[in-house]
Parts: sequence; C-alpha cells; structure tokens
Amino acid sequence: MKEDRGWNPYLAGALSGLVSIGSIWFVGKYFGASTTFVRTAGMVEKLFSPERVATMPYFIKEMPIIDWQWLFVIGIGIGAFLAAVSSGSFRWQAVPDMWQDRFGSSFRLRGTVAFIGGIIAMFGARLADGCPSGHGLSGVLQLAVSGFIAFIAFFVGGLISANWLYKGGGKR
Amino acid sequence: MELLYGLITGILFGFFLQKGRVLRYDKQIGALRLQDMTIVKFMLSHIAVAMVGVYLLHDFGLVKLSLKPTILGGVIIGGLLFGLGWGLLGYCPGTSLGALGEGRWVAFVGIIGMLVGAGLYAEAYPYLQKTVLTWGVYGKITIPQILGVNHWLVIAPFVVGTVFLFRWLEKKDL
Repeated sequence: MKEDRGWNPYLAGALSGLVSIGSIWFVGKYFGASTTFVRTAGMVEKLFSPERVATMPYFIKEMPIIDWQWLFVIGIGIGAFLAAVSSGSFRWQAVPDMWQDRFGSSFRLRGTVAFIGGIIAMFGARLADGCPSGHGLSGVLQLAVSGFIAFIAFFVGGLISANWLYKGGGKR
Repeated sequence: MELLYGLITGILFGFFLQKGRVLRYDKQIGALRLQDMTIVKFMLSHIAVAMVGVYLLHDFGLVKLSLKPTILGGVIIGGLLFGLGWGLLGYCPGTSLGALGEGRWVAFVGIIGMLVGAGLYAEAYPYLQKTVLTWGVYGKITIPQILGVNHWLVIAPFVVGTVFLFRWLEKKDL
C-alpha cells in the first residue's frame, strides 16, 4: 500500500496555529486536553460514589463537568474522522504498522502496553499540569517557562521509553 | 455558547491534525526514535504562528495570557513521567481522540488507561500537593521576564531558529 502523505505538516501546523489564535482572541480559550481526562474520570467515579468524589480535593479543583475543553477534545475526534473519511485515509486498524514490524500483530500485547502507557502518561501530565497541548503548544507559544521545561521533559521521557522499547530491552 | 465554540475549535484542530498526519502512532514514535519529525514540524509551525499572533494581539490589549505556574518538581518529574508513558502509548491525550477518529481503535485502550491514570492522580493529589508540588515554585513566569527583555527579542530569535531547524530537517530528510 502506498503511504498517503497528507498535507505538508508545516502548512497543517500553521493553519492549526491560526485556529489557536482565533480561539484565544474570540473566546479567550487556550488549547489543552488533559484536564478533560480528570473531569471524565470524576464523572465515572461519581456514578459509583458521588459522596466521595464531592470531598476529593482534586475533583473540587477540576470539577467533573462538561466544559469548553471537554467538547474541544471530543471535537478533535470528529474533525479527525471528517478529515480521514474525506481523504480516504480512514482505516480501521488495531495494531499500528511500526509496532507490527517489531512485535507482531498481537492485539493483547499492544493493548497492554498502550494501557500501561496511558496510565503513566496521564499521571505525569496531571503532575506537570499539562500535556503537549496545554504546555507544549499553549505554554510555549506564550513563552511560559513551564511550557518550555515541560516540552523538553516530554521529549526526553519519550526518547527514553520509545528507544528502550524498540532497541531490544528483552521485549521479544 | 462557549461549549459550541469548544466543539467547533476541536473539529478544526482535529481536521488539521489528521491532514498533517500527526495522529499516527508511527509518526509519534517516529519522532521519539528520531526517524520522522512530522509532529515536530507541525507543533513548531503551530507555535511560531500562534506566538507571533497572540503577542501582537496582546500588545494591542486584545487578548489575555493564561500562563501555567512554573513548579519545577511537578513540571520536570511529571513531564518525564508523561514522556515515558507517551513512548509506550504512542499517542498524547489530544491525539488519542483523533487517532480513534481515523479508525486506529487501539487508541481507545489508551484512553481508558489515561482515565485510570487521571483517577489515580486524583487519589495521590493531597500527598503530592504537600511534597512534589512544593519543590521549586516560581509562579507564572515567562522567558522574557526572567531575561528582563522585551518579548519580541525572544520571539524573533525563536522564529528564526525554528526556520533554520526546519531547513536542517529537510536537508537531513527527517
């Protein structure tokens, strides 16, 4: 299969930067994504023990409600779907190509690593108070010291684990 | 109304993320393995454009900055942890939803993992608030502030440096 190259990433990135400016100018909202995961976790936990959630400091700080960012994150999924379908690059796929080449097509292995990775990534993102959107894009574009440090730390951590995963490490 | 804006903004952002092919596991891990810098090109293009735009608007008093405080303990330890998890998952919080949108459905497992991670963080928060989050607290500071210079003296070299980086990446075919 021919690799579809999509748009020039500089162009797509610059256009998304214009969307960011518009959002900040007209609505006063900076891009971010990871707080939404806290709010959603709170909503799920509320189903089981609403009294407990109501007393937890972190859910008092980040209330389990649907806000601007929550719909922004949902919108990312919808926008990606529209772009993928309109360009014929939508593909129902469980195990990514690069992973298959190295670790085979076992969904269980890929799923387990993705799940564990997700737990660690989100715990870290909340400790850092942001993810590549909130710190990496919004923080750096405002020249925030926290944004630059986070941006570097994200890549350092990622370089370590991705290269460990793909350079042996007894994983196969 | 604000909610509707959130949805529209997200749809536009997701559209461009997908068009730039930034959502793929292969692209995210490709960057971390220093083989394919597509996501770095996308991110830095976004940043350079929005940096100039937002600071121009800010000079005219049309927008407010929304800075996250610099807490060295949280940002460094949390940032490294995020990176370690990101290298295993291959998606970040925003792109995981986008990856699901283009049919890469293992991202859904990652999303569930991230929800669990968020829940665990909420449990640990009272403890972390008294420890890690008290280490190296500097408040809402910017690079021009600590250098004591006008922000354009930081933005201009940043943009020029980004352009040179892009040229270098193209020359190396990354």
